Amino acid sequence: MPLIEFTDKGLFCPQGGFYIDPWKPVDKALITHAHSDHARWGSKTYLCHKDSLPILQLRLGANQYETVEWGQIILINGVKVSFHPAGHVIGSSQIRVEYKGEVWVISGDYKLDDDGISGAFEVVPCHTFITESTFGLPIYKWKTPRQIDSDIQNWILQNLKDGKTSVLIAYSLGKAQRVIKAASQVTDKLYAHGAVYNVQQAFINAGLQLPSIKKITPETPKGDIAGGVIIAPPSADGTPWMKRFAPSVTGACSGWMQVRGNARRRNVDAGFAMSDHADWPGLIQAVKATGALKVFVTHGFQAVFSRYLNEIGIEAAEVKTQFGNDDEETQIESPHEQTFTVE
Amino acid sequence: MENLPLNIPNTITSSMDGLGMFADLVSLLGTSTKTNDKLRALVNYFATADDKDKVWVIALFTGRKPKRVINTKLLAEWCVEIAGLPGWLFGESYHTVGDLAETIALLLPDPDNNSSVFLHPLHFYIEQFQKIENQDEAIKKKFVVESWSQMNHSQRFVFNKLITGAFRIGVSQKMMVNAIAKFTSLEPSVIAHRISGKWDPQTTHFNDLLTDTNGATDYSKPYPFYLAYALDNEPSDLGNTEEWQAEWKWDGIRGQLIKRNDELFVWSRGEELITEKFPEYQVLNALLPNGIVLDGEIIPSINKNPLPFSLLQTRIGRKNITKKNLQETPITFFAYDLLEYNYEDWRSRPLSERRGKLEEIIKTIESEVIILSDAVSFTDWEHLKSLRLTSREMGAEGLMLKRKSSIYQVGRKVGDWWKWKVEPMVIDCVMIYAEKGSGRRSNLYTAYTFAVKDGEKLVPFTRAYSGLTDKEFNEVDAFVKRNSLEKFGPVRTVKPELVFEIAFEGIAASNRHKSGVALRFPRISRWRKDKKPDEINTLQDLKKMLEVYK
Repeated sequence: MPLIEFTDKGLFCPQGGFYIDPWKPVDKALITHAHSDHARWGSKTYLCHKDSLPILQLRLGANQYETVEWGQIILINGVKVSFHPAGHVIGSSQIRVEYKGEVWVISGDYKLDDDGISGAFEVVPCHTFITESTFGLPIYKWKTPRQIDSDIQNWILQNLKDGKTSVLIAYSLGKAQRVIKAASQVTDKLYAHGAVYNVQQAFINAGLQLPSIKKITPETPKGDIAGGVIIAPPSADGTPWMKRFAPSVTGACSGWMQVRGNARRRNVDAGFAMSDHADWPGLIQAVKATGALKVFVTHGFQAVFSRYLNEIGIEAAEVKTQFGNDDEETQIESPHEQTFTVE
Repeated sequence: MENLPLNIPNTITSSMDGLGMFADLVSLLGTSTKTNDKLRALVNYFATADDKDKVWVIALFTGRKPKRVINTKLLAEWCVEIAGLPGWLFGESYHTVGDLAETIALLLPDPDNNSSVFLHPLHFYIEQFQKIENQDEAIKKKFVVESWSQMNHSQRFVFNKLITGAFRIGVSQKMMVNAIAKFTSLEPSVIAHRISGKWDPQTTHFNDLLTDTNGATDYSKPYPFYLAYALDNEPSDLGNTEEWQAEWKWDGIRGQLIKRNDELFVWSRGEELITEKFPEYQVLNALLPNGIVLDGEIIPSINKNPLPFSLLQTRIGRKNITKKNLQETPITFFAYDLLEYNYEDWRSRPLSERRGKLEEIIKTIESEVIILSDAVSFTDWEHLKSLRLTSREMGAEGLMLKRKSSIYQVGRKVGDWWKWKVEPMVIDCVMIYAEKGSGRRSNLYTAYTFAVKDGEKLVPFTRAYSGLTDKEFNEVDAFVKRNSLEKFGPVRTVKPELVFEIAFEGIAASNRHKSGVALRFPRISRWRKDKKPDEINTLQDLKKMLEVYK
């Protein structure tokens, strides 16, 4: 019996009797991070890192939650379980599962570059590594977080010079926190769409040290916003809500912006290839560093990445999951996602 | 690789004046979403760039491409060698990016940080390509690899584009003309005429391109085509029928037939000189007067009856035209307008006057190759409506309505010319294969193959790329990613579940397709979320349509 099985409800540990990021309601769900394709509604109990809790509560409402610190070991039916930083978003964790000396690590989503907010990715040695592959093609190579931050800052300053308001499209959990931090270093006029505001405020209320932002409401005077920076989620892009900021320019922050066609499709004025996922060199580096003998590749370019790993001598197989294929473009629907993205 | 004739000097021009400036322009045009921003970027470029580079930019952005001198397969090989990647991974990357030049730019390792190398002007690179055309592979490789090593991502992208082909970056001919008009004192219509037709950016000076004071006259030059908008409202909104002329709208290639200086030229609407493709027309060189330009339709026909477009397609792609081709698909010219007569530009005269002269000219010509595209006479709008319903039997795809007093304008203009097509034919079918698109649809499954039922089997019969909204494309893309069965190179076979209505303008028998039919202008007209795959049309239904169309 393998330590982790791939079932129609998600990744299952039969010995421990728990699921990791299940996509159907289960009794016991361990959650790598609070994005909606990994943390879904309906399970009886949730176990997550303490920094994931505020967002899980915001999105899934009141449930039975348990939280852990990174590195804290807990035993579930004799299975040793611990959470380790994944560097993806605030609270995001890899989950290490050990039983009778066999170790599996489930990466959830991760990135290797330390963005200064989400925790630094920790290499967790293991026998079997389950990795994502969202950007598993060699065309995806990111600039460093510092370079991207300064690109965004320069863009904001240029817009200010041109007398225009900057609208930055960023996923409310993850990139929004990075973008807000970068923007806060060049402007005090920071505004946000309700969805972004709610997440930022949930973190601040939970005691995290993050810059505060103002929520845009129908009453917010137009003159206050002019020349400032507005952070909005992808769902707001192209809606009438955006029109009130004119004259403004729009920039999208997403790993998909690496390819020209995607930026053109999004019809934005600027695309910043900023991602919370590992790029191609990052994926390879992570897989090698774990020393895993067997790798399972999930959501993304799983066929490509697993073939490549096999060719360089690392046994790998692709696994179909229901985790999102995208950085943020397609949002998985759940009854609570609605209330979350609408202002 | 020693003693190569090519040495790239280290400093040439400032980056403000070279390929870097062009790369910046392309980036700006590619990302800006506002026409005015694009126009401003072009005007700025023209105000500061090297004259020779300007000529090339006009050429490149109006669809002229430098001759391809380096095989793209070689480019890909050099790229994977430098990047240290297996070839199949290059292929996967290419299918996702959808553009070879960009794929290579993305896969090459980052240039050295200390590279403050100044780049050459745009025309330098194009001239070098021509110089190395017949050289050894090693010399070509050295030039390309060295150039790559000196460039950043966006510069590599435009450099590769110069090698691989056309720039399609959302700059219309109209925008180009308007940008030039901003810094010259010429009328847009004059500029449009000057930059159209056959001219060689290699030998044309910027000033010569925009003035006709000196040098040889280009006798081949066509006029910019006047294009019609689709008529969405009732024709009765157009007013008095007396003011309007109706013609059949033919389904051929819009073209201009030019005879000047005892030489005959044929231009397609895509501004391609296609004289050689239609040797039938050469008899007209002896029959037409000098200094004449006719607008009309290039179309195969027998006894004035048009043949299906699919037959014309069998002619277009060929390099050599056989006797058999000439007999089976004799090409005629259905003339409907006169743009120049006796070397005089007639475009500003009213259509009625141009038409009168045209009829007079055609009457005197005894040849089956040229036909007057008859005006359709009608008593009132209701009558015309009923005539329009007979379009398919006439071998036409609808009617054209032209105001008798209209001058011949440049480009697509509202008001005087309307196309009034018949409703398309439609069929319900299921998607079975999907492929990723390119350009703004890169990394999205947006090119689909559709099938109809034939008993228990599904028979593929057409592909279509357009007709869905961006949101719908995203939805279908997500479906494909979750429901693909097998992968054949870039193609995924997909669970046959999504039903679409395909609209098309014509149908013809074809032995090149499994289904035995080929469609004209297929596109997705509706996503039939209300239908299940077992409710789709059958191959029998398609064959029936074929019968009707004949």
